Amino acid sequence: MRAVCYHGKEDVRVETVPDPKILNPRDAIVKITATAICGSDLHIYDGYIPTMEKGDVLGHEFMGEVVEVGRDNNKLRVGDRVVVPFTIACGNCFFCKEQLWSLCDNSNPNAWMLEKITGFSGSALFWYSHMYGGYPGGQAEYARVPFADVGPLRVPTSLSDEQVLFLSDILPTGYMAAENCHIQPGDTVAVWGCGPVGQFAIQSAFLLGAERVIAIDRVPERLALAAAHSRAEVLNYSDVDVAETLRAMTGGQGPDACIDAVGLEAHGTTLDAWYDVAKTSMYMATDRTHALRQAISCCRKGGTVSIPGVYGGLLDKFPLGAAFAKGLTLKMGQTHMHRYMPGLLDRIERGEIDPSFIITHRVTLDDAPKMYRVFRDKRDACIKVVMKPDGRA
Amino acid sequence: MRNLQTTVPPTAHRASIGALERVAALTTATAVVAYGLSRRNLPGVCLAAAATPLAYRGLSGEWPRVGHDHSSRGITRAALGGRRGVHVRESIRLEKPIDEVYRFWRNLENLPQFMNYLDAVIDLGNGRSRWVAKGPAGTHVKWEAEIINEVENQVIGWQSLPGGDVTTAGSVNFDTARRGRSTQVSVHFQYTPPAGRAGALIATVFGREPSQTVREDLRRLKQLLEAGEFPHATSPDETRKLR
Repeated sequence: MRAVCYHGKEDVRVETVPDPKILNPRDAIVKITATAICGSDLHIYDGYIPTMEKGDVLGHEFMGEVVEVGRDNNKLRVGDRVVVPFTIACGNCFFCKEQLWSLCDNSNPNAWMLEKITGFSGSALFWYSHMYGGYPGGQAEYARVPFADVGPLRVPTSLSDEQVLFLSDILPTGYMAAENCHIQPGDTVAVWGCGPVGQFAIQSAFLLGAERVIAIDRVPERLALAAAHSRAEVLNYSDVDVAETLRAMTGGQGPDACIDAVGLEAHGTTLDAWYDVAKTSMYMATDRTHALRQAISCCRKGGTVSIPGVYGGLLDKFPLGAAFAKGLTLKMGQTHMHRYMPGLLDRIERGEIDPSFIITHRVTLDDAPKMYRVFRDKRDACIKVVMKPDGRA
Repeated sequence: MRNLQTTVPPTAHRASIGALERVAALTTATAVVAYGLSRRNLPGVCLAAAATPLAYRGLSGEWPRVGHDHSSRGITRAALGGRRGVHVRESIRLEKPIDEVYRFWRNLENLPQFMNYLDAVIDLGNGRSRWVAKGPAGTHVKWEAEIINEVENQVIGWQSLPGGDVTTAGSVNFDTARRGRSTQVSVHFQYTPPAGRAGALIATVFGREPSQTVREDLRRLKQLLEAGEFPHATSPDETRKLR
């Protein structure tokens, strides 16, 4: 089959690799009809994620048709149309039973690697490096889905691929980010980053009762989308002092909750942002933390900072003192996908959300190397790339 | 999830040498090895290799034993008692009823399902069992063991019998945790420290990091009983080694 393979920093190639096979009794094989490039794939593309090897099949946002099931999989049938969550969960361990699906004990065959770094291992993820399990990804014609009697969600034919594809990661991720803010009626929520997760966090914050959402970015078309489609108030951090403006917009109190939908490759115009660029480029730091610092600094006393953005390592100049002094709540982590997918599918069916509004590029798998670069450089007004492996983009 | 404690007690007094001599032995050995390797030729490598017994004496305080290791043929308790023996303690929690976990472990023939280095365990009846582990180069390491302590749903204790290839003893405790919701399995396991033939064999079986080996055993037990299968990212025959 054709698949998008990693070959090093800024080097992905479309190659022919062996078709996946059923390996375990609860597996399924899915013929992929739509797959996307995620912002977190760009962290891999930019070389920030360790334990990558040449030839690894990328991608963790995908959906398709079940073409084979393992002998103990009593839930799926050949022909089912499913969206596959990017986290892999066994369904039976303590964490799965507690609905903490992305912390599953039993899905990561390389748990020992993450244990050396983080103490304990969370669940495996579809392609997100060997330390997250090394499961071949979904930017391919086919994928093997482990524990397929737990993860994949059947979707009705009345909805298009583009309407349900983002149930695989970014819609639940944006939604959990907003839910983690414990929004009360009348609250103001500030969102750093107007990429796809930021856009869904904005929409979710309104769905969960926020009165105002203030969106912060520097890419004009992303700010325009947040304003036009989600009625957010927008700030371009290239033009205004974010901290001063947020203060002024909230009567000197600060937003009730702040969402960092940026993660470890933040850009900024302040001194600390340039300090991060210098240190990470010399391999003296692992993450550029500017957005998170600003979110902590701007959040009102007793507020919540919710972090859907990905962080990988040991943070430099992390303002824990400010978080402590203001009594903040910090909420973070990989999305507990299985908890949110059915409810969000219902919302899509009822017309409350149509996630397809973020798609700017529809291409074939062969366009992947070019589109990684376009998406990374935010060229061509690119916000979200969807690839159709059958070639009918 | 786990409670890791690996202790390697100091070598027994009668075999040990003074700290000064050990430092001298180690320094000399290091110098000889460095010189030998720096020559980058066969005699140099031989010279470096010849210094390894001295390095061993520097590190352990004993000369390496060659030929038959008589300690493995003695009484298990004597071989492992007191400060002799490596101790490994590991534990794990499972979301399974305690009696189910106990029954699975008590059927010793199940153990090779999650202890990768075992080829087979054969129940001989009357609490005795024969253990066959993978040895170096396709050989096998064999020993017999007897259960010396057994309380249903609480504990199983065993020791190896004289005459086997290795001397080992251990116990596994079963406790309820989280108000009875979870079962905690705690393994305490001892074997003779690597020295002589038995040591070499046991090092082959349990690896260089015995606590990691036992931790992975318990992880596989949990995967098997909770998830019903072992996670594989790729076919086990084509899994690439990443270290």
